Amino acid sequence: MGAGTETFYEVIRRQGITRRSFVKFCSLTATSLGLGPIGATEIAQALETKPRVPVIWMHGLECTCCSESFIRSAHPLVKDAVLSMISLDYDDTIMAAAGHQAEAILQETREKYKGQYILAVEGNPPLNEDGMFCIDGGRPFVEKLKEMAEDSMAVIAWGACASWGCVQAAKPNPTQATPIDKVIRNKPIIKVPGCPPIAEVMTGVVTYITTFGRLPELDRQGRPKMFYSQRIHDKCYRRPHFDAGQFVEEWDDDAARKGYCLYKMGCKGPTTYSACSTVRWNGGVSFPIQSGHGCIGCTEDGFWDNGSFYDRLTTIKQFGVEANADKIGATVAGVVGAAIAAHAAVTTVRSMAKRRNDNGGNGNGNKPNDKSAG
Amino acid sequence: MTNITTPNGFSLDNAGRRVVVDPVTRIEGHLRVEVNVDANNVIRNAVSTGTMWRGIEVILRGRDPRDAWAFTERICGVCTGTHALTSVRAVENALDIKIPENANTIRNIMQLTLQVHDHIVHFYHLHALDWVDIVSALSADPKATSTLAQSISNWPLSSPGYFKDLQTRLKKFVESGQLGPFKNGYWGHPAYKLPPEANLMAVAHYLEALDFQKDMVKIHTIYGGKNPHPNWLVGGVPCAINVDGVGAVGAVNMERLNLVSSIIDQMVTFTEQVYLPDLQAIASFYKDWTFGGGLSSTSVMSYGDIPEYANDYSAASLKMPRGVILNGNLNEVLPVDLADPSQVQEFVTHSWYKYPDETKGLHPWDGVTVPHYELGPKSKGTKTRIEAVDEEAKYSWIKSPRWKGNAVEVGPLARYIIGYAQNKPEFKEPTEKLLKDLGLPVTALFSTLGRTAARALEAQWAAHQLRYFQNKLMASLKAGDSATANVEKWSPETWPKEVKGVGFTEAPRGALGHWIKIKDGKIDNYQAVVPTTWNGSPRDPKGGIGAFEASLLETPMADPNQPLEILRTLHSFDPCLACSTHVLSEDGQEMSRVTVR
Repeated sequence: MGAGTETFYEVIRRQGITRRSFVKFCSLTATSLGLGPIGATEIAQALETKPRVPVIWMHGLECTCCSESFIRSAHPLVKDAVLSMISLDYDDTIMAAAGHQAEAILQETREKYKGQYILAVEGNPPLNEDGMFCIDGGRPFVEKLKEMAEDSMAVIAWGACASWGCVQAAKPNPTQATPIDKVIRNKPIIKVPGCPPIAEVMTGVVTYITTFGRLPELDRQGRPKMFYSQRIHDKCYRRPHFDAGQFVEEWDDDAARKGYCLYKMGCKGPTTYSACSTVRWNGGVSFPIQSGHGCIGCTEDGFWDNGSFYDRLTTIKQFGVEANADKIGATVAGVVGAAIAAHAAVTTVRSMAKRRNDNGGNGNGNKPNDKSAG
Repeated sequence: MTNITTPNGFSLDNAGRRVVVDPVTRIEGHLRVEVNVDANNVIRNAVSTGTMWRGIEVILRGRDPRDAWAFTERICGVCTGTHALTSVRAVENALDIKIPENANTIRNIMQLTLQVHDHIVHFYHLHALDWVDIVSALSADPKATSTLAQSISNWPLSSPGYFKDLQTRLKKFVESGQLGPFKNGYWGHPAYKLPPEANLMAVAHYLEALDFQKDMVKIHTIYGGKNPHPNWLVGGVPCAINVDGVGAVGAVNMERLNLVSSIIDQMVTFTEQVYLPDLQAIASFYKDWTFGGGLSSTSVMSYGDIPEYANDYSAASLKMPRGVILNGNLNEVLPVDLADPSQVQEFVTHSWYKYPDETKGLHPWDGVTVPHYELGPKSKGTKTRIEAVDEEAKYSWIKSPRWKGNAVEVGPLARYIIGYAQNKPEFKEPTEKLLKDLGLPVTALFSTLGRTAARALEAQWAAHQLRYFQNKLMASLKAGDSATANVEKWSPETWPKEVKGVGFTEAPRGALGHWIKIKDGKIDNYQAVVPTTWNGSPRDPKGGIGAFEASLLETPMADPNQPLEILRTLHSFDPCLACSTHVLSEDGQEMSRVTVR
């Protein structure tokens, strides 16, 4: 139980942050909220004394990778997040209670914390078969989801499932798995996509809300700008190799061993908005590209249906690092269209391999956009 | 039905009071269980219902087989990676792709890391609260707790002050009234038997394990780029190795290898100084709780895993045991052949799917799946408000896989029983030592506690195997071999027009198989038969019951309104429901039956 009933202030003090820094933090927060010096005092007071925000964490059709990712958080440690910063009153994956005792918590939270709790949703509701492809407490999950959303303060959509639909919504989506913003219409929804999202991104979003008492700034697609406003490619440490035309041509070749760019191996970093190349994974140890595999684009809407993960992106126009999330919305839609057109035809990889053979295995690194979608 | 005997030898009686647990929590996915208890509150009938279906395999049809690992990996984020490994093995089997030795070694390291991680997280964060009463820890004497901890282990976090601080924080936490995940738990339930000191020690280790689990997975991050859901590759592994050449900092290099090595050392230490001593200490207070054996004393199965040699999946190469035991005959371990259409078959008589002839089972290569949700005439409630299912009709989204017609249990206990029966010292000796230390006969293994103990023993075994394979990788690099991928058949143009293959692993929860058919470079059929499908299956056409249902029978409940005993036994299987519910038809007919939007 580590930190017991510690408030946010006690937690940061225990973690070595001085009173002075804390006060400064509160002033900056107040300034950014436009509250002035009195606001700073109020924020400090709130952080020092307020009870933990109740969080109801529900699971629809999913694989639990979001929960697994969440518990990997290194800063804050998940025990501090769960035991000191929020009150995780319901989460079927880790809660002690089951059956009736678990169900009772949902009802109690709705009544006792009406309009004050955060609903965190992992997975999504299937709408086919009257919702009975996902049964919870003997009835459709989608009903419980809507009920709990009704009295919540705000909703967090964890991962690609809740945000976009993810793998069970990939074509032909047999259960009609549906992103939660299609069934919850009247609450603010923060989408934290990824399969799963990075642990520290997840705890970062939660602690932002509990710390600042407001929702993070979102882009047009509903994602927090602080983590999703730049592409992996923009901050990739292999970017200089892309710019220099130095590419991995096949797995485990000399270029792979030198850590060259994975663009030709199908890397989706250039069109994927995520903090992978900056925050990195599991306490900053690595991220997919650093460990030799291209990005599969798992934070992007519909990434399962954009052709093979090994198909080379064909539509990027070397857009600059300054492009923002709002601009890319349209660009991504273009990529999806092209990839779907390619889907029924011969795979890109096949024609790529053929071309390589024709060229004696020597691709032209300086022209990454040299081919059509196949 | 009131009183019947199943073909696999269990008595079922549904005359008594019906108790429903839904949702079953502290598992992966959605599960419902209904039991009937007699006048003495002893369970006489058990009905396990998988309550979710995602259709991943339908979605795989027509896609690039080299992508299948990523789709199937998302079947489960708890046993993350094991489906991906099974998938690349199935594709490689179909296309006759040979992987380099280093790739086999690194895959084993990934898989063994999962075993240790998953077992530790299961024991402390999903299962412990079935044995450990958190509230009781408040009345522990920190000094006595320290004495207890130091008497069973050299683990350094064991001083009286350490436990006192923890208890103070725990007290503040409980007094806050915001109990978070511990709210509405079964604290004070008479089935809890640990003294306060053992409870306090276990709470400390619950939190320590929570801290440590995030570090263990860094091995996946190094070789696979992230966790959960690291990256894999048909033909090898995606991470290139470059220990001392130009650009080594961009690949798996000395610093990365050292990080892996140091984490392995910590995993060995944690399993030996925390996990196993805790298991033994807790078990010593529950020796009288002998329930939950179910199928384990008669029918168990393991496919085997962790090949010593690349591309050799024979029983001789596999370091985890392979085989089947039937009728409790430990003198004979039967061979398993996943390609034999008469061995592994799935039935749907009691599942929410339709077959042309539901008296027959189908081998996964020829699987047919048409979702068909309906409740039987004896069910209670409505289609969207289930009060009680009718187990004589269809009642689960899980199919019923059978081995030559037999329901079998899979998982760590099955593996240990088979290894024991095969007289493999690495499995038999630690098992015998643990039993001897606890003063228990070998038959005590066939229980809920046996399942939980086998998992702990296996975590220790896996931690040492990690050390072995990391050393093997270093030896290979020393000898000048740093190959990690074979790209000869990367291009679909090199593939035959039509092939089929099967891949298997031992997931933490048990035997896992993927069957694939590839036609014209695309997936034509894909089927996964997973551990929880075996363990959590509904009844088969003959009425044989699966492992979950069998294990709950004859268990006395102190209070049927507080289903602690049910949770305890179900959790001992480490259920994974997202894994267990799946589908793909041979001819794709179901696609026209399901309305999409």
